[in-house]
Amino acid sequence: MIAEHLPALQVAVPLAAAPLIVLLRHPTLAWWIALGACGFALLAALLTAAQVAGAGTVSYALGSWPPPWGIEYRIDTLGAFVLVLVAGVAALVVPFAWRSVAAEVPREQHYLFYAVYCLCVAGLLGMAATGDAFNLFVFMEIASLAMYVLIAFGRDRRALFAAYQYLILGTIGATFYVIGVGLLYLMTGTLNLADMASRLPLAQSERPVLAALAFITVGMSLKLALFPLHLWLPNAYTFAPSAVTAFLAATATKVAVYVLLRFYFSVFGAPLVSAELPMPQILLALSIAAIVTASLVAVWQPDLKRMFAYSSVAQIGYITLGIGIASRDGLTAAVVHLFNHGITKGALFLLIGGVVLRAGWAGFERIQGLGRSMPLTSLGIVIAGLSLIGIPGTAGFVSKWFLVLGAIENGQWWLAALVVGTSLIAVAYVWRFVEAAYLAAPGPRTPAPGEPPAAMLVPAWLMVAACIYFGLDTSFTVGAARRAAALMLGGAP
Amino acid sequence: MSFASHYSYWVTVLLMTAGLYIVIARGNLAKKLIGLSIFQTSVYLLYIAPGKLIGGTAPIIAEGFKVYSNPLPHVLILTAIVVGVATLALGLALVVRVREAYGSIEEDEIVAADARDRDAG
Repeated sequence: MIAEHLPALQVAVPLAAAPLIVLLRHPTLAWWIALGACGFALLAALLTAAQVAGAGTVSYALGSWPPPWGIEYRIDTLGAFVLVLVAGVAALVVPFAWRSVAAEVPREQHYLFYAVYCLCVAGLLGMAATGDAFNLFVFMEIASLAMYVLIAFGRDRRALFAAYQYLILGTIGATFYVIGVGLLYLMTGTLNLADMASRLPLAQSERPVLAALAFITVGMSLKLALFPLHLWLPNAYTFAPSAVTAFLAATATKVAVYVLLRFYFSVFGAPLVSAELPMPQILLALSIAAIVTASLVAVWQPDLKRMFAYSSVAQIGYITLGIGIASRDGLTAAVVHLFNHGITKGALFLLIGGVVLRAGWAGFERIQGLGRSMPLTSLGIVIAGLSLIGIPGTAGFVSKWFLVLGAIENGQWWLAALVVGTSLIAVAYVWRFVEAAYLAAPGPRTPAPGEPPAAMLVPAWLMVAACIYFGLDTSFTVGAARRAAALMLGGAP
Repeated sequence: MSFASHYSYWVTVLLMTAGLYIVIARGNLAKKLIGLSIFQTSVYLLYIAPGKLIGGTAPIIAEGFKVYSNPLPHVLILTAIVVGVATLALGLALVVRVREAYGSIEEDEIVAADARDRDAG
């Protein structure tokens, strides 16, 4: 009975949790409600993923209005995969937030924090679940507005300005997306993505369709922080509360990538995007620029949060590189890296959250000799860092492997060499941490020996374990990504 | 395809570029938000104008009326207006907090204050 409503419930429960938390105004209750809502969302996402793997695409007519008239929730392999990532990270960040938020946010604002957090989770899940272009916009704005607030919770006053800058750029991105959807609506008369895809070939004129493609590409590129539209990202990640940084880095940009994939391959279709237009070449050029410049900039940053924020821009470059390769292996790499980078960055920022709690700030002068004072945290950062580089046995290796395969399959040997070569820059910035934490003697500003509380360390280490697990057993990630890539290139949504 | 028959699109494009230009060119945080609002407003027009048919009525089945305007864009834009208002309200709230923290809402002064903070360590 309730199982058939799971596609809608996984979005509705966190959405309903937010006003409930505001009404109760109790910090501890707020945390429990957020934990329950995110736990339920994870359970529902896993059940939906199992259902999709068994019976194919799940379609849910909201309010029993049949699509394309009513809003349809349409969850295919790719959607279910993204739902599991978002709900999984959301459910792991809540236990972490118990101590981390207590240290970084005034107690009287806790209930507001968890209310906004639930809204953000609901928005991101809704983006991945919905099959309606305008509904997607509304969920995108729910998630984005919640994110601006979450970033502004940061202790530093620079968090306010970072949130403001993100608000301006994020709204421009969302508005570009709506302009694109509006043009598509004018040409097709429908907002249902599957219906839109079937009607697009009948469009009377190609020019508005191409304009829509351009608007949606630029809009979503702003949201996913594709170079050179990434300017909002480093400050937002650096000054947001630790729990927020971990959640955003693992999910927000990934869901934006999902929307771009959805429009490219489910609505416009691979023939238009990759054969008629030079989209792959454009994405390839921007991705390479992102990987090289952002990795190099990351090496010179003064603190861990900022360093890994720039590394995020570079890693997003690897995801879009996979889209740019546009073959089956390339798309598999993009989808796998979307997941693998999510858990890797989630693990890193959760562990750095522990460092911030103990040291006040994750600057390099405060982590001298960290390997001795916080051995478990340091070891976790090193393992997640290895996954970032792409060492065999970690999740990052799997994505790099498929990227190299895709490049070689296209005969682009230079690209394969570039993927491997740029990983060396990642070695450079991860080595900076190793050097400071293990080779330097503890400095005057290094925190006294002691790990962060277990409530923070356990979720972080679960993510680190996931980095290793998904590097060894790739049946879930690669299996889902391969099916998703086949569906996308098949053209059918 | 005369200029006059497409005037709503010209207004849309004008508002769109004017709004975006204000966001980029102005350093005052409140003025940037005004530009952002104008930019969003242009989208409302982009959706609503094509939904209107000349001589069309509200979509109610009645004798003597054959031409109906499309009501869906209105509903969509009602939602978009709510989103726009929420964005503007949140943006202004952030500007108030920025002013409390920095004592200024000019972008260059805030950037300079941040640079001073960095140099001071």
